Amino acid sequence: MTATTNKPRLSRSHACDLLKQMIRIRRFEDKCAELYTQEKIRGYLHLYDGEEAVAVGVIPVLEKRDRIVATYREHGHALVRGVPMKTALAEMYGKREGCSGGRGGSMHMFDQATNFYGGNAIVGGGLPLSVGLALSDQMRGQDNVTACFFGEGAVAEGEFHESVNLAALWSLPVLFVCENNLYAMGTALAISESETNIQRKAACYRMAAEAVDGMDVIAVEAAARRAVAAIRQTGQPYFLECRTYRLRAHSMFDAQLYRDRAEVEAWRAKEPILRFRSWLEQSKMLDPEDLTRIEAEVAAEIADAVSFAEAGTWEPVGELTRFVYAEKTA
Amino acid sequence: MLHKAAQVAVTETTYREAIREAIRDALKRDERVFLMGEDVGRYGGCYAVTKGLLAEFGPKRIRDTPLSESGFTGAGIGAAIGGMRPIVEVMTVNFSLLALDQILNSAATIRHMSGNQFGVPLVIRMATGAGRQLAAQHSHSLEGWYAHIPGIKVLAPATIEDARGMLWTALEDPDPVLIFEHIMLYNMTGTLSPDAGPVNIDKAVVRQEGRDISLITYGGSLWKTLEAAASLATEGIEAEVVDLRTLRPLDDATIMASLRKTHRAVIIDEGWRAGSLAAEICTRIVEQAFWDLDAPIGRVCSEEVPIPYPRHLEEAAIPQASKIVAAAKALLKRA
Amino acid sequence: MPSLGADMEAGTLVEWLIKAGDPVKRGDIVAVVETQKGAIEIETFETGTVERILVEIGAKVPVGTPLAIIQTQRGKEGVAPPPPAAKPPPPLKAPAAGPPPVAAKNGRVARGARISPAARRLAEQHGIDILTITGTGADNTILLNDVERRIAELKAQAPRAPGFDLAAMREAIAAAMARSKREIPHYYLAHEIEMSACEDWLTRRNAERPPEERLLLGALLVKAVALAAQKFPAFNGFYHDGKFEAASSVHIGTAIAIRGGGLIAPAIHDADRLSLDDLMMKMRELVERVRAGRIRGSEIADPTITVSSLGERGVETLYGIIYLPQVAIVGFGKVATRPWVEGGTVLARPIVNATLAADHRVSDGHAGALFLTEIGKLLQEPETL
Repeated sequence: MTATTNKPRLSRSHACDLLKQMIRIRRFEDKCAELYTQEKIRGYLHLYDGEEAVAVGVIPVLEKRDRIVATYREHGHALVRGVPMKTALAEMYGKREGCSGGRGGSMHMFDQATNFYGGNAIVGGGLPLSVGLALSDQMRGQDNVTACFFGEGAVAEGEFHESVNLAALWSLPVLFVCENNLYAMGTALAISESETNIQRKAACYRMAAEAVDGMDVIAVEAAARRAVAAIRQTGQPYFLECRTYRLRAHSMFDAQLYRDRAEVEAWRAKEPILRFRSWLEQSKMLDPEDLTRIEAEVAAEIADAVSFAEAGTWEPVGELTRFVYAEKTA
Repeated sequence: MLHKAAQVAVTETTYREAIREAIRDALKRDERVFLMGEDVGRYGGCYAVTKGLLAEFGPKRIRDTPLSESGFTGAGIGAAIGGMRPIVEVMTVNFSLLALDQILNSAATIRHMSGNQFGVPLVIRMATGAGRQLAAQHSHSLEGWYAHIPGIKVLAPATIEDARGMLWTALEDPDPVLIFEHIMLYNMTGTLSPDAGPVNIDKAVVRQEGRDISLITYGGSLWKTLEAAASLATEGIEAEVVDLRTLRPLDDATIMASLRKTHRAVIIDEGWRAGSLAAEICTRIVEQAFWDLDAPIGRVCSEEVPIPYPRHLEEAAIPQASKIVAAAKALLKRA
Repeated sequence: MPSLGADMEAGTLVEWLIKAGDPVKRGDIVAVVETQKGAIEIETFETGTVERILVEIGAKVPVGTPLAIIQTQRGKEGVAPPPPAAKPPPPLKAPAAGPPPVAAKNGRVARGARISPAARRLAEQHGIDILTITGTGADNTILLNDVERRIAELKAQAPRAPGFDLAAMREAIAAAMARSKREIPHYYLAHEIEMSACEDWLTRRNAERPPEERLLLGALLVKAVALAAQKFPAFNGFYHDGKFEAASSVHIGTAIAIRGGGLIAPAIHDADRLSLDDLMMKMRELVERVRAGRIRGSEIADPTITVSSLGERGVETLYGIIYLPQVAIVGFGKVATRPWVEGGTVLARPIVNATLAADHRVSDGHAGALFLTEIGKLLQEPETL
């Protein structure tokens, strides 16, 4: 699904598609939580509940040839981008059929076919990488945009400043998408940043920047269209702060001692799926049958993915030391 | 596809010039190659290695960067994944610590984490070593640390021929390669054959043969070791000098062949002794050539102290030919 | 008890938000669990009715323990996760240690004495007792050149007596003979050979020669066997790995007695092609070398068939045991004057009993008989040998 104009086209089919994508992510994350408690998924698991509108609003605006760099909270981004759900889940099981061959797990999803460059467990670690990808496109005269997703916690890291500066200085086609969900693990934005209006930081580097309501998928999509068009037209990078909220804990093993239940519930009342669905129902763009159909399709796809992952195979231990260096072919 | 090296008219040259020639050669051969780092363009390079290249190749291919080691090293990684063949110049290994996360957590691991979907064909060059009274923060030899990491390759060219020839082979490698240039070698003069070209980056070389003891070393320490070998020869002790050339992977076969011949070894490594690369080589010798040993293995490393500023203390802190001679003789001592 | 983290092993139930009979749906928070990170709410992934609580408040239970039973449309489901799925493959075993060092037969070192690895290995290879070596390294450590010096010393001291260890040799012979008897199905044939032609010919032949150039009967016997072996390849070769390989040459192993007891049968190479004089010379030389202990390993291994003659020991017949991996051994008793029937009359003639012991896997009595009789025929015309 690609977009070529700036105007958000809100046809019924497009609206239902946006809703489905968000529901798909939400149900998938829910299933991951369940599987994690059953020890099918191990290590760390970071879920996207509440932030779906950002990935769903931005990613479909990109072309297939554009590039995406994401964080450890990247399941939603991977799914919307087109990484098959079954390979994403198999990856989390650690099975060979996973998108990274089972070697990465939840935090390290990579997919060459969809130009999906991970999956990074170092906060801020993906920013220099996205600068480099954009640099290669610029030097090779390729009209690609590199979208880099990161949380507001990353803006404290030196690498954020280095990367944003380099992108602005060298006029690189990077779309920096900051998913500001107000907490960097357990540390609230208010106690970690002197300037909490994040878009202003980018503006300091003379980069075009705006903030948008990250709980409103239409607003996010519109902003993304503007941003991507600007990048393609001017060749300059763009900074998009999406103001959102994380409904679940940072990871599965988090007692959330750092925030009030009341605050979470307040945000839950305006979470993106609920909001969009209500609006669509009110606008008569969504029938109960549509919703039933969406939930059924999503449930079937998830069940299928679970079977696929369960049936997946383990990479033989004898192959442990592969993929450290390139393998010589014959 | 390896092209033949461009004809180089000079026969008398320096280590610095050999590297510059290697960079120039690479830039001319492959339009994907570009170099970026601090002060590489307008300044001409901290050690004057890239002098003149900006004028010849322009600011897109000789790219001055802000002081953002992590940023531009990561950018090099991304550009390599995206299809370029970047040479990232980190001014010295001392500043590379700021880029350590990108080197270890991105460059070394992306191929593995992605299940072999993405490789990083990146070359990072760094100056290294002590000897110019630059004091504690500017005198490190951390190539041994880097040699610890699976997923990258680590080189230490000690001769003009290797300085000229290792870069192209490194650029052709599909995985990240780190090249360490010892600061005391840049001014070294020597001759280069007119058709000098790419050299291998996976083998050690016996620079001088001998029967009595193996002196195993790399980089800036090679010349001190050769000096020590000459001194030992005047006392009737024949030392075999092994230049490692590559620190990861280590060429075990050459090392063990030397041990089988001489039965004794001293390893010379400018890193600090504790947890050094010398310790790793020692252990490999014990694992693979234990029954060939006629004496304990000796090490000449930097002393356990941050490198001091005054000349006499700096000299005392790092390996010297006299220390190598003493170590060798200690192993050969009779009752 | 759900797993909430890789490092979570157990949890303490501190609050139930449901009781038996309550309806629940997927996503409902049903309990609170205390962990090392603090209290965490846990949700159910089932929709149905709570049937029974299984774990009391305050109980600390491991991850995977059922906490409650929920009756769903599908049937009873536990709140807690089902047992974990098949485990991933076992972790990589630590790499096997390298081969253990070769145990030294006499590798014991005196208390306090030290030896370098290379020196130890060299000493072992030469069978030198480390206790007899003086070390010149630091702390009297024995070094390579100390062992080399000792080796040189021993060589200088070595007596001209046999260089091989007699006891070891007899042990080896015993083992070889035992194995031969175990593995080879021997069959035996005997044949009487009339030797007057040989004796006469020898007498004439030796009349004009000085003692050191005289031919002995043994040479004739060896040559005859060699020529016969050429014609009957089933008796000349080696049996290895379940099959017989005929040899292209004939190397006769000649059994020679060792002083102090025991037999050794080194090869006379290409005996079928040597002249009798050359053969005799070789036999003499072999005997000398055996006495001096200077036999080469290849000489022991090369014979393709053996001839053993104990005639002077005074027995009529010798039944041999085949030397592995050969397939035949020809034995000769002493030459004795015995009654012999010729042309219907009994005469006194020099007779020798020749026997053949052969490997029944390779040949049979019929072939053996032909072989033996061929030897007898050849010995009737000594001038053609």
